[in-house]
Amino acid sequence: MNIIILAKLVPDLVEELTIDPSGVALDMAWLRLIINEFDDHAIEQGILLKERGGGQVTVIAPDVEGVDDLLFTAAAKGADRLIKITGDFAGGVNNHALARAFAAVVKELQPDLVLTGVQANNDLDGSVGPLLAGCLEMPYVGYVSGITLNDGKSKARKEYPGGLIAEMEVALPAVIGIQAAEQPPRYVAVSKVRQMMKTSAIEERAASELDPSGGAAISRMFQAEAGQRATMVTGNADEVAAKLVGIFKELGVL
Amino acid sequence: MPERIDYWGIPTTWGSPALYVYFFMALACILLAVRFYQRARLWWRVGRQEVRWDRLHVRLGRVIKYAIVQEKVLSQKYPGIMHLGLAWGFFMFFLGTALATINSHFIKILQGNTYLIYKFVLDTFTVFFLIGAAMAAYRRFIQRPRRLTLKPGFVWSLVLVVVIVLGGLLTESLRLAVERPEWAIWSPAGWLVAQAWIATGASDATLTNWHLGIWIFHLLTVGLMLATLPVGTLLHILTGPLNVFFSKLDRPPGRLAPIAETAKHEPIYASTLNGLTWKQLLDGDACTECGRCQDACPAFTAGTPLSPKQVILSIRDALRQDGSTLVGGNGQSSILVGKRIKDEILWSCTTCGACVRECPVLIEHVDAIVDMRRYLVIEGRMDLELQGALENLGRYGNSFGQSERMRARWTQPIQPPIKDARREPVEYLWFVGDYASYSPTLTDITIKTAEVFRKAGLDIGILYDAERNAGNDVRRVGEEGLFEMLAEKNAAALSKCTYQAIVTTDPHTYNTLKNEYPANGDERRPVLHYAELLDQLITAGKLKFSKKLGYKVTYHDPCYLGRYNGVYDAPRRIIQATGCELVEMPRHGDRSFCCGAGGGRIWMTEGEIQERPSESRIREAVKLDEVTTFVVACPKDVTMFRDAVKTTGNEQRLEVKDLIELVHAAL
Amino acid sequence: MNQDIYVIVEHLRGQVAEISYVMLAGARELAKGSGGSVVAVLLGHNAQGLAGNPSAGSGQCLAADKVLSLEHPALAEFTSDAYQKALAGLIGKDQPRVVIFGSTSIGTDIASTLSVRLGLPLVSSCRTFSSDGKFVSQICGGKIMAEGVLPGPTTLVTMVPGGYKAEQGQSTQSPAVAQVEVPALESLRVTLASYIEPEAGDVDIAKEPILVSVGRGIQNQDNIQLAEDLAQALGGVVCGTRPVIDQDWLATSRLVGKSGKHVKPKIYLALGISGAPEHAEAITDSGAIIAINTDPAAPIFNIAKYGAEMDIFDLIEVLTAQVKAAKGG
Repeated sequence: MNIIILAKLVPDLVEELTIDPSGVALDMAWLRLIINEFDDHAIEQGILLKERGGGQVTVIAPDVEGVDDLLFTAAAKGADRLIKITGDFAGGVNNHALARAFAAVVKELQPDLVLTGVQANNDLDGSVGPLLAGCLEMPYVGYVSGITLNDGKSKARKEYPGGLIAEMEVALPAVIGIQAAEQPPRYVAVSKVRQMMKTSAIEERAASELDPSGGAAISRMFQAEAGQRATMVTGNADEVAAKLVGIFKELGVL
Repeated sequence: MPERIDYWGIPTTWGSPALYVYFFMALACILLAVRFYQRARLWWRVGRQEVRWDRLHVRLGRVIKYAIVQEKVLSQKYPGIMHLGLAWGFFMFFLGTALATINSHFIKILQGNTYLIYKFVLDTFTVFFLIGAAMAAYRRFIQRPRRLTLKPGFVWSLVLVVVIVLGGLLTESLRLAVERPEWAIWSPAGWLVAQAWIATGASDATLTNWHLGIWIFHLLTVGLMLATLPVGTLLHILTGPLNVFFSKLDRPPGRLAPIAETAKHEPIYASTLNGLTWKQLLDGDACTECGRCQDACPAFTAGTPLSPKQVILSIRDALRQDGSTLVGGNGQSSILVGKRIKDEILWSCTTCGACVRECPVLIEHVDAIVDMRRYLVIEGRMDLELQGALENLGRYGNSFGQSERMRARWTQPIQPPIKDARREPVEYLWFVGDYASYSPTLTDITIKTAEVFRKAGLDIGILYDAERNAGNDVRRVGEEGLFEMLAEKNAAALSKCTYQAIVTTDPHTYNTLKNEYPANGDERRPVLHYAELLDQLITAGKLKFSKKLGYKVTYHDPCYLGRYNGVYDAPRRIIQATGCELVEMPRHGDRSFCCGAGGGRIWMTEGEIQERPSESRIREAVKLDEVTTFVVACPKDVTMFRDAVKTTGNEQRLEVKDLIELVHAAL
Repeated sequence: MNQDIYVIVEHLRGQVAEISYVMLAGARELAKGSGGSVVAVLLGHNAQGLAGNPSAGSGQCLAADKVLSLEHPALAEFTSDAYQKALAGLIGKDQPRVVIFGSTSIGTDIASTLSVRLGLPLVSSCRTFSSDGKFVSQICGGKIMAEGVLPGPTTLVTMVPGGYKAEQGQSTQSPAVAQVEVPALESLRVTLASYIEPEAGDVDIAKEPILVSVGRGIQNQDNIQLAEDLAQALGGVVCGTRPVIDQDWLATSRLVGKSGKHVKPKIYLALGISGAPEHAEAITDSGAIIAINTDPAAPIFNIAKYGAEMDIFDLIEVLTAQVKAAKGG
């Protein structure tokens, strides 16, 4: 079973986000890039599938700050092959361009299954997974939280609101958008990652061109306005509690 | 003239008694040696290498202090006196027999007054021994403290040694009953028992026969003791002193050993017996099962699965059962972690070091636990909370998951701003620590600390955003790679600064900066806890208090300040200087009872516990009448104990204050 | 040029999803400017009734000018391959001004693939539109908004809830339904094997009037007990956000959010919850949201009625005690 996982790095929401002087993009100066949480789950799911049924896992990511650490960490978890796509990612690329860049490499590798996170926090023109599926004309199922593989066929558990699950049979090769892996992403000791840095190699593939057509043109980016802000209750714990009790009474629940 | 007669009352009809004795003892000793070797060889055949042969004179000094004088055993009065009676009794009898042997073959020293003193001393120790034995019997059968292993093996040993000593006493008394020398009173115990023999009216011949019988029996029991020593509970007679001799010298208690590597620089993890050092395997065999470590352990008291005693015994049992197959190269390495020693046992440890402090034979429990944790970390076997904390530490340099840029947010209200040690030289570089920087409930204590430093006129600077978690508990959790990464970053930041000394408010930070960071803690650039610094200033008259607070307080010695680094007096002098009256809790000083947050426990799921260590501690404090304030010197202690005061319902009774708050109020 | 605004109606097991009405409301806004009609696209099998029948109980009809019905057995339940193939034909032929999909498990399965397949631009995460053809999208957990002009002549968008109320997309008149021919749907690569119902759970949080909800800020499983105590004192029930359920600190039946339940309690007490969009969309119909969080910039304060900027651990037990006292011990 040849499994490919696509991962990208997205802004860390722990940091304060600001808009750069151009007014249409995030200020990269203070931005920390971290692995897209859903891609992290995709990596975990891929490793689990390999542990269960054998096969090879390849992880591909675009060459931005932090990509080496992302790939070596994946290797420490059990990924067999690491590929970095080089190109002009500095200004930020949209998902259409990224998907096309991925598609060129994925096509060459001829996988049975492609996993990627179902979404990312900076998606503005769709998500990489289904876009890639469109480029490669593969079927796509998203919001998946469990996969079983049997003789070249796959069953994906797709999540709907309210806790409802749909079991979809998906013919391979296919692209699956992961919402959550079957277990939380495992911990990898720093020393293991450092060891991977010495023993594993990251292959580089140059993106032939980064074609962003199909994406949206942003005329203005801004911080979400408070809008209608909550009435704030102040004081120490006792005072706040007392005021809340008063509110509960007003609302008729006490 | 008083002199020792060899083999009194032993007939020579069947040949020289000496021959029988030496032959029999040789046999017993050979058995002892062979069996002991069989046990001992497992240590170095199964365990990995470690250098512990350096500085012989210091090691010998330790053997005298701990194995002969038995200082640590004496730290508890009843069992201390009990064991001293038993052990010193035996040392004396051994010496006595050695002297008798020299006397009989080489130099006749045992005559005249020397002989009388010799008899007197031996008799005294016989009495001392029997008192000890009685105390032991009382303890094992009546008192039955939980920490002991109440198994038959121990009873057999006690019975055996008592029988041996009684044999000696009885043979002496029978000889005295027959000979009745003028100097008999120099063997008071023997002479007393001899009266009983005399009272029976038995003839000399009968008494001599009884003497022979008991003497033979005595010889046999001694032989039995020697032959069974390596496989019974008396093994500690040999392994205890050995363990003391090989105890760690190369590093201070606050420094952990690095991860061992093979010749090819591959790390060795302690998942199996092979991963432990030979000394750690010796630890297992040296354990006397006294259970003092268990009694002192906060995790055990709380009801977690951890008992330091059981961890060590698991190692011992594993070695006993699987050792020989491992040496023979048969079978797979015995998996220790996860099987005999479950993951949760290892994760329950707070690394407070109370077990190590208590152990009479200097077993190093914490090192073994951390070594095994290192394996768990590599395998990713930990609860999700700890995983989250480690991931945050790796990404943000703090366990709170907040940006580095928020680290110095607490300094905003301070005017004029605290100096930036990255930009200008300072005298004292204040390494603030995670909890003091990020925890919203502790910020005002941190600000007070800054105010105290200012009022004392100190030239202080901080690292602002360049500071990272110092890594003490990361190391104790077993994430050595993450510790290295954090230490590298901190060391790099420090190397660019100009300072005379580092001061910190957190004992954990203090411990690792002082003991584990390279090129720190030396004379030129010392690492100080603020208590040490303030103490120095008070002594030098540079810090003066304007008020006497007059509170009645008790002081909780933080594990990493007290037990690990020996700082007990400085905080107490400060308390006194602020005009407070100090009342000690029973468990104070190096017996201080851990709050339960150390060893990464504060980052883990609490799990099922019966009583939190912090709650037990507060209950201990509350028993001190009129004490209203619980003083601590560690930010984690503040958090833990304030919670414990709430959960035990003692909010009206006791207030938790950091030492710096007292200083601040008294300035 | 076709100036109609198409809305791909989402339905699951015979129920129209609320997002469909939100999309129709957004479509109406766009149609005002483009001059075209709002067209609801309904794929399914015997699904025309979903367009709405005012006298048939639900009372709400799709607020569309007309409905295009694509009927085929393979479309009875949503599967990405069949829906994508059916729509590729329709959109390719009709070339409307805008096609609106839901930013949901259904919509996102097909929107991006169609964008590449048909060579049409795609804007996602849209919250609102304006009649002059502009969109406002949200990213970064709802903290950042991006505005732009919808590219012409045809563009695809996905919509998130929150910008419009469902009522704005509902009408009392049922629109005219026109049948559209569906291309052959063969060799489908995705088929539905079965549905798995969510575990019944002891409580249906969607029906509870008082909810005490915990997020990441609760920090560990042991602290959930504090929330339980408060809920019990108030006579309510504990629920939680995705991170809490993913760690198994609460049962799946207690999940409030995009993949969990939408709730409409009288009061929703949000403890240590940041208010990310996936969660926010599921609670906006609450009577009153009361949020406690140490971060004053947390988005939850934008949808809450009352808030307190403090540490939940400083407050919970005190509040529980006061609630108990107010109830009379």
